[in-house]
Amino acid sequence: MQRNTIIAMVIVAIVIVAISLIALQFARPVGGELKIAGSTTVLPITQECARLYMEKVCPCTRISVSGGGSGTGIQLVGDGLIDIGAASRDLKPSELDQWPDLQPVAIGKDSVAIIVHPSNPIDDLTLEQIAQIFAGDITNWSNVGGEDAPINLITREEGSGTRGIFEEKVMESFGKEIAGEALVKTSNGEVRAIVATDDNSMAYLSLGYVDGTLKAISIGGIEATIENVLSEDYPIIRTLWLITKGTPNTLAQSFIDFVLSDEGQQVVEELGYTKVE
Amino acid sequence: MLFSATSSILIVFFIIAFMLSEGWSAINLDFIFGLIWHPKTNEFGILPIIVSTVIVGVGAVFIALVIGIPCAIFLAEFAPNWVRNIIKPSVEMLVGVPSIVLGFFGLMLIVPFIRDNLGGRGECILAGWIILSIMTLPHVISISEDAIRAVPNSYREASLTLGATKWQTVRNITLPNAKSGILASLILGMGNAVGETMAVYMVIGNPNIPWIPTSILDSVRVLTSTIVMEYGYVAWGSQHQHALFAIGVVLFVLVAIINLMARYAIKRGMIER
Repeated sequence: MQRNTIIAMVIVAIVIVAISLIALQFARPVGGELKIAGSTTVLPITQECARLYMEKVCPCTRISVSGGGSGTGIQLVGDGLIDIGAASRDLKPSELDQWPDLQPVAIGKDSVAIIVHPSNPIDDLTLEQIAQIFAGDITNWSNVGGEDAPINLITREEGSGTRGIFEEKVMESFGKEIAGEALVKTSNGEVRAIVATDDNSMAYLSLGYVDGTLKAISIGGIEATIENVLSEDYPIIRTLWLITKGTPNTLAQSFIDFVLSDEGQQVVEELGYTKVE
Repeated sequence: MLFSATSSILIVFFIIAFMLSEGWSAINLDFIFGLIWHPKTNEFGILPIIVSTVIVGVGAVFIALVIGIPCAIFLAEFAPNWVRNIIKPSVEMLVGVPSIVLGFFGLMLIVPFIRDNLGGRGECILAGWIILSIMTLPHVISISEDAIRAVPNSYREASLTLGATKWQTVRNITLPNAKSGILASLILGMGNAVGETMAVYMVIGNPNIPWIPTSILDSVRVLTSTIVMEYGYVAWGSQHQHALFAIGVVLFVLVAIINLMARYAIKRGMIER
């Protein structure tokens, strides 16, 4: 009986493998496959563009899009594991040393908003106050004109492009570092979810992710809006990149061209980012 | 057959060898006893992380003990069959809840509850204890119940015949005889809790630079959450990468010690009987 069971199991296994192989054969896209990963800031753009691309330009392609952060995206494309890496910060010299043939293409601009819970009475802070708060020098909302409650800081992980630009434009101008007490979240979506549920929290977030569940405060009277980012009045601004290793293959080139086309740039604007000039 | 048997050994062996070769260079006294983990400035001290891992693991198992052992005793000794047939499958169903679901539940319900009622950030040791104890409970209950049931009926009958009450029998005869199995269930639960990643990562906060916690409402980092947060952007070949592998080695050693303790407990119980 035991032998029969084993034989039956082997036959079932073979049948399953055969069926899935045949199914794969039919499902395999004729137009090829494109893998994109990296910055969660660029993620909504690549997702929407991939959807439109597969719908309108070439239905036979399969494009897989995932997050992971700018550092991850650059590393993966450098190692040749994906076709296009997405980054929301400029390439570092160390990364160019390691992979000299990386080719970045600017696809849009973004800003980083300083966000609090919508019930927070504070609407405006100076850049220096923001730096002091994130460095842990100011720990209570009452010190900046709010209620008597602790400031719960949330930050992104070290490799994040959003964190990179925040440190560069805010913290480093005042020679400060992000406090050790700040809790680390590894995606824009996670940061948004936490700030929306914690009354005393404060974080920085890609402008494209800001919605009604939280409040973006103005910096020195200048609101975080697309107009102010375009006019460069708003102090935190950065470029979004799609990166390929060497000259992109036909499909990758065609996808990047699509993102840069009028249609792709319209997606960039609709999602709350700024199009590239 | 022999091939299958050796292949599993080979897999374990290669994983250990790879982890050691990648992580060995980062393991030294400054690594184990250093107080600051700050990859940006190449400071890799994991003492606060080790301490937090042990606190989170022990606390979770303690909660699982307080709830799980009485439950196991009830199921094995007192519960009528129909009650047992309801409770045991329900408890065992807990094993099937994916850890990410538990973590999400913790983040959305337990964390805000702690923040609003007890203060602090909410994402803290206590939240980790609650989530991990939910994950360990089914193992603790299931194994302890089996251990209690394995005590020969003749022992109980002898005790009851001598005039002991049911509760006296449980306390003086059944439990002491099932001791090693119960202990093993707790130690195995501890190994589970220490190695658990996703659920605990979502509810314990993970501060930018971890410190040795002074309150159960402090946010902490554990060994697993540190690896899962940082492997994504670490540069291959950097000191940071070696440090992450070294954390893996420390975690492996910790879990191996816990498992050895469990084996010892089971073995000793068998000799006693």
